[in-house]
Order: sequence, then structure tokens, then C-alpha cells
Amino acid sequence: MTSTTAVAPAPQPILSKLKPTLPWGHPGVYALAVVVIILMLAPIAYIVLGGFRTNAQISTDPSGFPAPWNIGNYVDVLVGSVFWRQVLNSTIAAGATTIGVVTLGLMASYVIARYRFQARGLLYAVFAAGLMFPMTVAITPLYLVIKNLGLMNNLGGIILPQIAFALPTTIIILVPFLRAIPDEIEEAAFIDGCSRIGFFWRMVVPLAVPGVITTGILAFIASWNGYILPLFILNNEASFTLPLGVQSFASQYSVDTAKVLAFTSLSMIPALIFFSLFERRIVGGLTGAVKG
Amino acid sequence: MTTRTYSPAEPQVTAGDDSTGGGTPPPLVGRRKMSWATRIEIALLVGPALIVFLAFVIFPVVMAAYYGFFRWQGYGPATDFVGLQNYVTILQDPTFIDAVRHNGIIVVLSLVLQGPAAILLALLLNRKMRGQSIIRVLIFVPYVISEVVVGTGWSLMLQSNGALNGMLEKLGLGFLQADWLSNPDIAMWTLMLIITWKYIGFAVILFLAGLQGIPDELTEAAQIDGASFWQIQRQITLPLLGPTLRIWAFLSIIGSLQLFDLVYIIWGQYIASTAGTSTMATYMVANGRTSGNFGYGNAVAVVLFLISLAVALVYQRFVLRRDTDGALTEKSST
Repeated sequence: MTSTTAVAPAPQPILSKLKPTLPWGHPGVYALAVVVIILMLAPIAYIVLGGFRTNAQISTDPSGFPAPWNIGNYVDVLVGSVFWRQVLNSTIAAGATTIGVVTLGLMASYVIARYRFQARGLLYAVFAAGLMFPMTVAITPLYLVIKNLGLMNNLGGIILPQIAFALPTTIIILVPFLRAIPDEIEEAAFIDGCSRIGFFWRMVVPLAVPGVITTGILAFIASWNGYILPLFILNNEASFTLPLGVQSFASQYSVDTAKVLAFTSLSMIPALIFFSLFERRIVGGLTGAVKG
Repeated sequence: MTTRTYSPAEPQVTAGDDSTGGGTPPPLVGRRKMSWATRIEIALLVGPALIVFLAFVIFPVVMAAYYGFFRWQGYGPATDFVGLQNYVTILQDPTFIDAVRHNGIIVVLSLVLQGPAAILLALLLNRKMRGQSIIRVLIFVPYVISEVVVGTGWSLMLQSNGALNGMLEKLGLGFLQADWLSNPDIAMWTLMLIITWKYIGFAVILFLAGLQGIPDELTEAAQIDGASFWQIQRQITLPLLGPTLRIWAFLSIIGSLQLFDLVYIIWGQYIASTAGTSTMATYMVANGRTSGNFGYGNAVAVVLFLISLAVALVYQRFVLRRDTDGALTEKSST
């Protein structure tokens, strides 16, 4: 029996979140958590700290701390234009993918969740079957499709496929969300003279926000971290996204370990910031998805 | 108010009435014949998603199947029809068989290594206590970082003169030093370590989400009846977490079968097979696009797909069915 179990039956999580203080958990839990967290963060710390060292330091003592701290590597990367151009490319690709997925996914999910028609089940099955087709399988012909569309070395060439491949997950997460909107609300809206489309904009979109944010974040992170698609589509250095950039930087400066580490650690910062902003939403959204 | 059918022509059904209705759920829309306006609405709403999906997912997959029957270098029309020759070559290539075996090992070890550890962590973290959310965030961090960053960082750290060996030396554990990446006896375990590190956060978050869906009343009732913490977890929580566990296992299996990025980045396309970490996907890229045999690469993609599909269907049939039964068929209750 741990100390937490002694807590008075808190009404509901939503209310308890508002309470300023939570009880401390069992010390053993924290001890284990600390060990796990150290294991999780050590490799990241290695990358970040390595960027503050010099190559001489790294080769004499590969696992040491920076002594003295040297910010030259980070400054070099930040001053150059390569890193920023890749950040910009990644941001455009991920942003456009997210907007596209959320828009198309929400529209399609609305139909699947709340219209009754014959082909509805088939439609859902078609999109759900998309989960079975990973990008890896389709990558070679996809590359040819993009080439024929003239979208090689163009961010559009990775945005469109990313939208398409994110649709199944998006629809599977959003459909239960939209289905959970009480019918009473819909009926009331219709009685008040709201059209189907009006109901979509005024009620469905606001009520689906948690699900939308979750799917949006998943799509954003998938795009931000995507590797195999840019690897096939983007061959021109000017169009590189961050993952390709990191890889090409790592092979270009393979002898300059410290600089590679600096570049690598800078490239993970945007994703980390993005994630820390939306962490609660991710967890909340997954809850909805799992329950549905 | 036992049976209600809603249609816009029945204004007497007021919102006030609806909020009290608890019996039979009303149908969403009357089962009348659909009007043209509704059809157009459906087409406009679903159309864009369907077009993008068909053009960039289904069409390429179908084309992969088609090109798989040709010897083809990737430009011009495919004319050199070779029938099943590509498939015969693939299935007779020991390098491919090795890759399949590696994928199998990765599937099993991913489940065995991540599952229990993630369940334990989720159970321990699933309570209202200070610091819970920060712990959760930190465990999830590796999942958010791109495979390229992870791969680059780990491969530098695991070099024979890298940080891990250096650390072992300092700790007086020099005898544990190893050639983590290129020794074929160890490389697979190294890969599993990295995979576990990277993806366990996702499992924990998923399980925590599932745990939050379990009503507090159940555990409270068990507590009142004198059940211990671990009894509650085993008898109540774990069975109720079943659907989440099965979905996670499914995602993990499929992900393992299609593993590409980490292996390709850390081991590169040539070393992966000698180090014993090649996967079907790295084999596909190395023998398809990189060597210019697009027809062959597509055939490999088809084999990879069929294997994934077979596994998925078997899993669906025997494990997931009870969970998805309700989801795919018409809901009987809301």
C-alpha cells in the first residue's frame, strides 16, 4: 500500500488538476523514475555536451565533460546558413503537412462518423487499410509518381505523400471523437435551423479540437523526423530537411565529431520545444484514441 | 420516450427532451433515401482526402506490385517482363533470408523487452503525485527525437573508441568493452537497446492513457475490500488494459517488420548485413534503388508488404478481433 492510495477519493482528474498541490508519491517510485530518466537522457546529454567539447577533448577522453567549455561549434553552426535553411524547410514541410492532414482528415472523419450511407463502412475500411501500407513499401513507385509530377527536390513532393500517409491514423483517431459528440447537440442544432455544414463548422470543429491537436502533433512530428521520403525525393542540398541535413553534415564532417554533435543537438531543439508545449495534448489525445 | 426517430419535420422533439433521453439511442439521421444535397456534401467532404490517399498511397502500392514483375532500371516504360523471376531471386537470396530472420528477432525482442518494462513504469506512474507529468515528459523525449539524430548520436557514442567504452574503462569495467556496432554477435543487441530506448516512451504514454480510462471507482472499491496495490493491478487494471496492450503490440510488430531508418543510419546499407542487423527494408533500398534495380526493389517491397499483411491479419484474427468487433460494425449503443 503506497502513500498515494491513502488520498481521499478525488472527484475527477479534471478537478484534481486544478488543485495547486498534489501529494508526493512513494519514494521508491521516484528512485526508479530517476534511474529511468537518467538512462533516457544520458545519450542526449552526450550529444549536447559533446558539442561543447573540442575534438582533442573527445579523442583523449570520449566520455568526459567539456573542460573547458567551448561554444565555438555551436556558434559555427548557428552562424552558417545551412542549418537555418534546413530548419525553414522542415518547418514548411511539417506545417503544411499538419494543416493538410487536419483539414482533409477532419472533413472525411465527419462524414464517416456522422452520415449514414451505404459506402460508409467501405470508406472507413479503405482508409484504415492504409495503416497496412507503410511508406517503406510504396517508396519506390512513390518516388516515380513524384518525379512524374515534377515535384523532385520540391517540398511539395514530400508534403503531399506525408498528408496521404498520415490520413489513416488521423481518421482512426478522429472518428471516435466526432462520434462521441452527443446526438442531442446535433439534433438541437438542426432544430435551431443549422445546416449539416453549419453544424460542422460551429459545433464539430470546436468540439473536435483535442483530437485535432493530437493528430496534428503526430503528423507534425512524423514529418519533422521523416527520413526515408526526403531521402528519395530531395537530392538537392538546398531542399534538405533537418534529418537529411544532419546526415549529410555527419558524413561531410565525419572527422569533426564535436561539430557534428553540435549540429545534431541543435537540430533536435525545435522538436523538443514543440513537444513540451503540447505534451498534455498528446497524452489527452491518445487517451481518446485508445478508448475509441 | 422509448422510441424516437428524428427528422427535421418533427419540431416537437425539443432539446430539453433530448437531454433526459437515456433509453434507445436515436439514429443519427433518418434512414430516408439520401438527397442529392447530402450526396454532394459527402463528396465534397470526403473527396479531397480520398483523392490524395488514392494517389499517394494506393496507387504507388499497386504500381509496386506491377513493377515487381519487371526487370527495370527506373526510367522509361517497363518492358522487360520477367514474371516471377524477381520473387524467385529474392526468396533464394540468403541475404534476404537473413534480413527476414533479423526482422523476426526484432519483433519478438521488442515485445519482450519493451512490454513488461513499459507496463511496470506505467503502473507506477499512474497516480496523482507530484512530478508525475515531468517524469512522463522526460521518458517520452527519445520518442520525439528523429531517428537520424538518435542514430547519429548513438553511432558516435558506440564507436569502439566512443563514449560508452570510455565510460566502462573509467568505471573499472574495461572487460565489458566491446565493438558494439560491428561485432555480429553483439550488434543485434545493440540495435535492440537503441530501439527500446527510443520507443519505450511511446508504450508508456499509451499505457498511461489506457490506465486513465479505467474508472477510479473500481480500484477504490477493491481497496475498500482490502486488496493490495499489486493485487489491484493484477486483477483489475491489467485485464482492463488489455485492449491498449493489444493495440500497442500490434503497432510494435508492424513497426519492427518495417524497421528502416535506425539501421540504415547507424549501419549504413552495406555494413548492416555483415553486422547482422539488416532488415527487409534496408535490403530493399540497398538492392533496389541504390543499385538501380527498381523492378527488383519493388518486388522486395511486395514481399515485405505481404509478410506484414499476413502477420497483421493473423494478429487481427486471433488477438485484436474482440476489440475491433464493436468498432467496425454498427454501434449497438452509444
